[in-house]
Amino acid sequence: MRRADDRALLIRNARICAVGKAANERFDMLTDQGRIAAIEPHGKIPNKDYQLIEADGLIVSPGFIDLHVHLREPGQTHKETIATGTAAAAAGGFTTVCAMPNTNPINDSPEITRWMQAPERRAKVKVRPIAAATLGSQGEQLTDFRALVDAGAAAVTDDGRPILGDAIMHKALLAAKELGIPVIQHAEDTRMSQGGVMHAGRTAFRLGLRGVTAEAEASIVARDIELAAETEAHLHVAHISTVAALENVRNGRKRGVHVTCEVTPHHLLLTDEEVGDYDTNCKMNPPLRSEADREALWDGLRDGTIDCIATDHAPHAAHEKDQEFDRAPFGTTGLETALPIALMAAGGECETAVRWLSIGPAALMGWKDVGVLRVGAVADLTLFDPEQEWIFRAEESKSKARNSPFIGKRFRGRVRYTILDGKLIDP
Amino acid sequence: MTRGAIPQASSKIQSRSIRSASLRAFSHHSRSLLDIESLSDADIHSLLKEAGRFRRVSIQKAPLKGRHIALLFYESSTRTRCSFELAAKSLGASTTLVSASASSIEKGESLVDTGATLAAMGADCIVIRHPSSGAPHVLARHLRIPIVNAGDGMHEHPSQALLDCYTISEHRQSLKGLRLLLVGDIYHSRVARSNALLLSRLGAQVTFCGPPALLPEVAETIAPGVRVMRDFDRALPQADVIMMLRVQKERLAGLQISADEYVRDYQLTPERLALAPAKALVMHPGPMVRGMELTSEVADSARSLVLEQVRNGVAVRRAILLRALGGRA
Repeated sequence: MRRADDRALLIRNARICAVGKAANERFDMLTDQGRIAAIEPHGKIPNKDYQLIEADGLIVSPGFIDLHVHLREPGQTHKETIATGTAAAAAGGFTTVCAMPNTNPINDSPEITRWMQAPERRAKVKVRPIAAATLGSQGEQLTDFRALVDAGAAAVTDDGRPILGDAIMHKALLAAKELGIPVIQHAEDTRMSQGGVMHAGRTAFRLGLRGVTAEAEASIVARDIELAAETEAHLHVAHISTVAALENVRNGRKRGVHVTCEVTPHHLLLTDEEVGDYDTNCKMNPPLRSEADREALWDGLRDGTIDCIATDHAPHAAHEKDQEFDRAPFGTTGLETALPIALMAAGGECETAVRWLSIGPAALMGWKDVGVLRVGAVADLTLFDPEQEWIFRAEESKSKARNSPFIGKRFRGRVRYTILDGKLIDP
Repeated sequence: MTRGAIPQASSKIQSRSIRSASLRAFSHHSRSLLDIESLSDADIHSLLKEAGRFRRVSIQKAPLKGRHIALLFYESSTRTRCSFELAAKSLGASTTLVSASASSIEKGESLVDTGATLAAMGADCIVIRHPSSGAPHVLARHLRIPIVNAGDGMHEHPSQALLDCYTISEHRQSLKGLRLLLVGDIYHSRVARSNALLLSRLGAQVTFCGPPALLPEVAETIAPGVRVMRDFDRALPQADVIMMLRVQKERLAGLQISADEYVRDYQLTPERLALAPAKALVMHPGPMVRGMELTSEVADSARSLVLEQVRNGVAVRRAILLRALGGRA
């Protein structure tokens, strides 16, 4: 994966985007041996035989971190592979992605966890598997958390198949606490949402589609927060989507419960109305919600209740999405369009967008060496132009999949370079 | 805002502005009948007018001679299927019936492939009945021939609403101000949705009546002016047309209402009908479950338009097929 230019990398004339730096000052940054070697005012680092990036005012940010992606490997390589999914990640500025375990077979073993990280997968960026919390994600018997973490798993979850049983969730939280990892919950009481294919609201009624209520999310979040309070473990709520669930997290935090959460770009930007005439690219789980929910998510991000943005990148083959709405699979791709949407939600403030895309996720996972710009930190970097306008074109996407509601849409803010361990990733 | 442009927001943006250009923007054959929502007022008036002509004048020529209409039925149906078939044949078209149980659909062929196959064989139009809401829209997105929705899931049944509307118009001078009461399992009913959309568009005052388990409050958002009432006895005195919907016992299973309670509160009996204005009409899209949503006395009474609805169905579907295939009677 890495070869060619082993020289140190000098990024010249960049604007540095991290807490405590004035964004308009120009800096030069030198990386060496995969770490940040120097950050100096522009012109202070003499040019030697470095590989050079003339940033010319681009923003340099710690590499983006996505806590929630589906890379589909092993087992569903017709949708995506680790190689193509991480190529899309690199194009979107992500240097670390957390791969969900709903592969085929389910990633519930150290063997699969290691297999996913093996060099043969040809990943373009760092892949941190999130392993299954229960065997086969059946919700009955815990997996071996310690062995999974030793194999490189960053956390555990049964994403897509929520852990419904109180006792097993309680056990999962206790076991995760021992290891200092969060339990990530896809909060959906599937007993309440069965058959639901979109948000329960006026659009669902009009289209004659069965709805998933906000209550199906909020009730699991409430239950999990009680269990997290009792166990003093770390609960992370995946892709939060409703006012009610967000309110539960807010109250939990006030009580001092260790609960964090993420929001997806599509829930920030779109509502259930976008389903329009049965557009399966707008069929996600959790579903696109109401305008009131969407606005609450913006507020939650700004007031810090929501820790970060995660894409829930969920690629599917065209023929799978080209079906009756109730038969089509849930999900949208998201890695390549996350930055402009984060910038939009941040009102154009780069520091804020970077907090949601890099600093926030690193902090909540307790990762010290990434998600930060300081001498000695890992040189995983993203250079972007917050003003550049561009159109997201299917044929230019690095993902194998094309299922995005944003195909053909104009965005502002584009990733220009992604740097992993001090090396420029080939586009 | 330019089409498709995403605004750089300093404040909250309207999600509508992001993708509204793509809402209902997919191009389908302009003579398709996918739902009442996408029909123009002019379409509605000309369809009703054409249906009236078919009722009064017998057809001499065969305007659709040489045309092929595929009837693609993923769900069983008596009156809708026969009615479309008779309508097609009376206009000179040939028909092919494809049903889910006796075709490659059983072998897992996709809807899109099935539609493309029929079109490749020379079907000029596909009439589709499907248990999934939006199935006709999937076909319309992929095929260049007109698609006629003969009922899709819980979504719409536009030809039924048009024939209901036509039937009412034979008895009432104007639909403006007409008080339509739709009773029963509104939530699962494509007939209820299409009728509420069509008749409220034409100026009728639409009221849904039923228990919460079968009629969520959100139903009133389907069109401006639509109301929800729970008490059938209080709704009846204000009804000019009472449209009863089928209630399937199996749908009541697991809900907060038993069949006995349903009958007690919502069955249309002669005693209840007496609460309605003397000239109030009773309609039912069929199939009726006698003894459930209405009694035989009511179904067979002089005020019941059930068989008129069926009769008018053929004329309305002639108008729909003629519009789809662009012929002139």
